[in-house]
Amino acid sequence: MDRSRRISLIIFAGIIILFILSWIIKSTTLLNVGTESLLSIRDAFFITFAAFLTLAIFSFLYKDNPYYKFAEHLFVGVSAAYWMCVGFWSTFVGNFIPKVSTTLSNFFEVPPKEFDIFYFIPLILGLMLLMRLSPKGGWLSRWSLAFIVGTTAGLNLIRYLRTDFITQVSNTFIPLLVDWNGIGPFFSDFSLSASGQFVMTLGNWVIFIGVFSGLIYFFFSKEHKGFFGHASRVGIWVLMITFGASFGYTVMGRVSLLVGRLTFLFKDWLGLIS
Amino acid sequence: MSDIGLILSIGVIVVGLLWLTIRSLTGREVERRIIFLFIGISVAIPLLFNITVSEKATPIVKGIYDKVENLPSGSKILISFDYGPSMAPEVEPMSDAFLRHALAKGHKVFIMGLWATGQSLGAAAVDKIVKPEFPDKVDGVDYINIGYKAGNQGVLNVIITDFRKMYATDVNGVDLDSVEIFENIRSLKDMDLILCVGGGFPGIKEWVLFAADPGNIPLAGGSAAVATPLLYPYYPKQLIGLLGGIKGAAEYESEMKKNYPRFADMPTPGLNMMGPQTLAHMVVMAFIVIGNLSFFFAKRRKK
Repeated sequence: MDRSRRISLIIFAGIIILFILSWIIKSTTLLNVGTESLLSIRDAFFITFAAFLTLAIFSFLYKDNPYYKFAEHLFVGVSAAYWMCVGFWSTFVGNFIPKVSTTLSNFFEVPPKEFDIFYFIPLILGLMLLMRLSPKGGWLSRWSLAFIVGTTAGLNLIRYLRTDFITQVSNTFIPLLVDWNGIGPFFSDFSLSASGQFVMTLGNWVIFIGVFSGLIYFFFSKEHKGFFGHASRVGIWVLMITFGASFGYTVMGRVSLLVGRLTFLFKDWLGLIS
Repeated sequence: MSDIGLILSIGVIVVGLLWLTIRSLTGREVERRIIFLFIGISVAIPLLFNITVSEKATPIVKGIYDKVENLPSGSKILISFDYGPSMAPEVEPMSDAFLRHALAKGHKVFIMGLWATGQSLGAAAVDKIVKPEFPDKVDGVDYINIGYKAGNQGVLNVIITDFRKMYATDVNGVDLDSVEIFENIRSLKDMDLILCVGGGFPGIKEWVLFAADPGNIPLAGGSAAVATPLLYPYYPKQLIGLLGGIKGAAEYESEMKKNYPRFADMPTPGLNMMGPQTLAHMVVMAFIVIGNLSFFFAKRRKK
């Protein structure tokens, strides 16, 4: 047996011993807080296993390893199985069965509804989609896919055009002087509150300049020189600030997930925090 | 304990950052694992010593709070759980806060999900919040979980005209025609407010596109931080408010604690996360400064 294999086996044995130890300690802790014996053993197993999986995922930060791979594959498999089961029970049993068969509705214990023959169309399309698994009938799945792509494109085209284009353009037409009653009232009522006239006006100017210069940056039919060049430079700054804000938000999101996992480890597994 | 934690965290981080600065300025490489370790420490210590930061609701968060607050009691609020366990630490505090606030105000709450995982997370929220904290609320009368249906934005396209074409029963298999809460509900247009919590596809964007805009229904939401910048353009005309990442959740929780004595001792995962968040962000900013400094120093050395 070579050295690296021996080390791997030692690590594996160490993990097994730590897992069992953690399971026993956690079961005892749960028993002490009044959980039933069988439940405490079961819950302790799940908590220990979840802690193992969390640490297995974290181990990738050091380097790729079989424990990370195991946790990753388990996550993908469980996710796929979960979505399939929920899809079956909520859509197939929940929507299709009540509309096509009273006997099956009684069997699945869902209230039967008025018979609707049109519900067989998605069933047929669904079966055709599964034909992708068959080497000979694979071409049939293209009809279902074409239906999905066509319907989604049709739905999205209209909604994106109205909501993401027309309404967004209209939202950009904003007053550059909010609630303007003259220079006197502006200074006499001056406030730095977020809903104050100054901040609102400033915000609208930022949107106006940001949109204007951003559009100029992406307008390539005219050389970026003179005023056009300066506006384009401002556009680059606007884009950079936007990317910076996105990066900041991404950091916040990732740290939140890390806090979530560490809270689980410290609270549910190790009991270090209440 | 919290003070000791704060001093310890700052001490460890400052000493570590100094070591990193010296190391990088002298041209020696800093391994990425050290960066990971730093982030881990800056998150773990505040968590262990319960270091928190106070928050004040910004207008974009206050907009949602005021909307829920100002709706007359008994209004119909739909909360869509459009997320999975992988996003839960970040957005679950939002859905919890929305659920608590809506029920405390006496609104009727409709729970659903465009994500399959949203169905069980909605059910978990009912078990965790509604049953222990609002024992007088009755399933099917004050709240209902209608669960998940496959179809993404297609689901919204159907329920904007008729719920029953897509949902025959709630998650417990109870016929929607037999529950009191659904008596005068035909479509999404009968809702007084929609609150979507998510951060992926389908999520708040799809709710704006396929429900709020065509149906002219007030919509607000809570989004995972990664997706938040893409949603700001919808505020304030197409979204009445937005909780951006855990900071948004913390602001909403602080507003609830401030105005509701009954929520003074409620769990505040959002606020609790702001301590680690603040320290981790400070460390990341320090890394950016150190990285830039070492870059310019290296350039100078080459000259």
